Amino acid sequence: MPAIEILGLEKTYMVGFWRKRPKRALQPLHLSVEEGEIFGFLGPNGAGKTTTLKMLMGLVFPTAGTARILGHEWTDPEVKAQIGFLPEQPYFYDYLTAHELLDYYGQLSGLPGKDRKRRVDEVLQRVGLTDVKGVQLRKFSKGMLQRAGIAQAILHNPKLVFFDEPMSGLDPLGRREVRDLMEQLKQEGKTVFFSTHILSDAEALCDRVAIINKGELRGVGAVEDLTSTVQGKVEVVWQGTQIPASMKALGADCHVTGDTVRAVLPENQQDAAIDALRRERIRLIAITPLRTSLEAYFVEKLQHSETTAGKMA
Amino acid sequence: MTARRRTTIVASAWLVISLTASVFLLRHIDRLRPQATIDDALYVSSPKMVKRGSLGFDGLMACIYWTRTVQYFGHRHYNREQSYNQLAPLLEITTTLDPQLIPAYQFGASFLAPQPPNGAGEPARAIQLMEFGIAHNPNDWKLYYDLGFVYYTELKDYKRAAEVFDKGSRVPGAHPFMKILAAQMAEHAGDFATARLLWSATFETSHETNIRQNALEHLRAITVDEDVSQLQAAVTRFGERTGRLPASMSELVGAEHLVGIPSDPDGDPYKLTPEGRIQLEKPEDFPFATKGLPPGYKPSALPRFHTKL
Amino acid sequence: MSMNTRIINIASNTFREAVRDRVLYNLIAFALLLTGAAIFVGQISIDIERLVVVNLGLTAVSLFGVIIAIFIGIGLVSKEIEKRTLYTVLSRPVRRWEFIVGKFFGLAGTLVVNTFFMAIGVFGALLYVAHKFTRPDALILVALYFIILEFLIICSLALLFSSFSSPLLSAVFAFSLFVIGSFADDLRGFAGLTHGFMRWVATGAAYLVPNFSTLNVISAVAHQHSLGGQLILQNTLYALFYTAMALSGAVLIFERRNLK
Repeated sequence: MPAIEILGLEKTYMVGFWRKRPKRALQPLHLSVEEGEIFGFLGPNGAGKTTTLKMLMGLVFPTAGTARILGHEWTDPEVKAQIGFLPEQPYFYDYLTAHELLDYYGQLSGLPGKDRKRRVDEVLQRVGLTDVKGVQLRKFSKGMLQRAGIAQAILHNPKLVFFDEPMSGLDPLGRREVRDLMEQLKQEGKTVFFSTHILSDAEALCDRVAIINKGELRGVGAVEDLTSTVQGKVEVVWQGTQIPASMKALGADCHVTGDTVRAVLPENQQDAAIDALRRERIRLIAITPLRTSLEAYFVEKLQHSETTAGKMA
Repeated sequence: MTARRRTTIVASAWLVISLTASVFLLRHIDRLRPQATIDDALYVSSPKMVKRGSLGFDGLMACIYWTRTVQYFGHRHYNREQSYNQLAPLLEITTTLDPQLIPAYQFGASFLAPQPPNGAGEPARAIQLMEFGIAHNPNDWKLYYDLGFVYYTELKDYKRAAEVFDKGSRVPGAHPFMKILAAQMAEHAGDFATARLLWSATFETSHETNIRQNALEHLRAITVDEDVSQLQAAVTRFGERTGRLPASMSELVGAEHLVGIPSDPDGDPYKLTPEGRIQLEKPEDFPFATKGLPPGYKPSALPRFHTKL
Repeated sequence: MSMNTRIINIASNTFREAVRDRVLYNLIAFALLLTGAAIFVGQISIDIERLVVVNLGLTAVSLFGVIIAIFIGIGLVSKEIEKRTLYTVLSRPVRRWEFIVGKFFGLAGTLVVNTFFMAIGVFGALLYVAHKFTRPDALILVALYFIILEFLIICSLALLFSSFSSPLLSAVFAFSLFVIGSFADDLRGFAGLTHGFMRWVATGAAYLVPNFSTLNVISAVAHQHSLGGQLILQNTLYALFYTAMALSGAVLIFERRNLK
């Protein structure tokens, strides 16, 4: 059973003061996320990522379409007990301490007394906030708030977690920690659905991604597939600054960087290239199949949408 | 959607039920405390205190007090109360807050001066109120009218009334009847014509329902008084000529060449008693009539505006 | 966990928020100061010290309570949306209506506690000027009860406006309704004087507006006039129903709101 099934969710806002004109924030979206995977929802700012998430959370009402979460109707209040949500740049009741906050959320999630106490301490430790659990949230830094946010999202041990731009505003160390945590969650068998516009994170973490731009889905697929050696090229790296004439004949695209040379050539020329280097007694450093980076795929999809779709209202 | 639907239905039902219940309860509460507003209002009966408490919103407070004054009077009048103790303070507060609220003075003239149950029975305070009004509105001839009105109707001080009407007639824009009234006061104060002129003037120049009804009742009474006087005079003449009383109204009509059977403003014919008195069929319908009343008739102690405008 | 527990949780959290808000303390301090001032004013006008203390003290309780209710109440929903704290709450098995009701009880609870402390101030001042309590002073408790009824209505209205409008506008609306409601009796009197279409509008408005004039018994209590049991009962019911009406409105609006 898919963890999330989005069946044609769409959202049109009416904007304007006197004469309201429709503004399509999200075209009918069809998407499904399997259990136990980390799914990345990618797109530039304003693409409709947050709108989609908010609709799934029941904060915004779709103009059309439905969704199923863990097999239930997405509006079923009981489904909320099994999901966790971290909104973008979260902010919390700043007059509460971290401990009080989590305790409050625990109560609202329906965690009974002793369980709750235990879970709160566990989760605080997991996100590294145990030392400051008695400090009021108004004194927290951005990174600490993010950690508190993650804590409340996983507090009740949900099967499915939604993160909206979880890395935003974090320093590299913070981002690393969040990435590690998401990996851990996957290992625990949870499903993670997160939106981001930072592709390197998605590339590193996700099993599958979807790309959305201007309210429309542009592409879905497993990261591996999307970045496969579509191009059929290899990258050859060798020592020195010499470029054998034969290389050029093979149609290699060469760049000298410091004391190494990088050359990109078709895969079927791989052996010929190795021979050429050996003949010249040039030291081979590496041969790597060239993968399309997710970034390239992303950019291509976006450009595609610019040219084909034209202007979207 | 079902959970949301349910909530919507329940919430809407609650909305309607509570709204209905609130309105219903409010009407009920009103009945339990009919005089509450006025009692509250006059916990502070000093005009100066009220003015200070208004924090500069004098005009608004004046309007509010004016509304309360009319309510107070109307409520008591409707309930056949016999006193209007709070009327003077209410009017004083209203006019202190807004000396230019002209209708308040007119109200005072009509209802402060007359004796209970028709008014508060405070002619002196009424005079004070009018003079206060004149001091603050020297160019409003109507206030002179109101003052003269009080002198004429309640105090029967025709000399003073004439002076006031005269003064008022000199205010630019004064209605021509001011001059006429001034002149009439001197010679013909007691005449029906003068009284009629006065009450018609009140009726014409006021827009306030209570004042107009009061004036109308007085006009009806004047008509009755006039009719009865004339008829009584006819009876006397008949008696002088024939040496006896007329046997019936028809005989009187024929003998004195009157036009048809005379009837009162309501259309009921005047009665001729065996003792030769002219009487109203229904004296209780003419609260201010002084003639045509049966002997020993005690007017109802309760004021009543009979005719509905 | 049942809905009632969630409501209680939200209510206690709201209460906690209010208590930790420093603004609250400033207002209470000010109100107590005013009660103290009443003592001095009373000294100036002999014979009516008691009257002044009761009048001024109760008015302070009432007025400041309304200000506190509006101050805190208007932010109840709008602040949560602005600060996005609401999102994490609603992602849990909390119904939107439970949120509104919980907020209401939290705010009402705050005001009751607040009134309690301010009432101590008033009684303290009274004791100081009168040197002892007499039986009619128990009427002050009735006046305080009525003031609390007023607070219930104001809280529900503040919440109603907060559920769809910005904090500033909500404050303006709520305060305007408080002022108009204080003159509700006059509004009905005014309606009685008008005719035709205006009469319908004025009468409708007069009944729809919260009737604070019936709930304002401060003058009567100051003059030691007792209040009938029927009146107390009906006023209680009126306040409860009016509050229910405003809350239903808030729920209906909030259920539909897109939280962008």
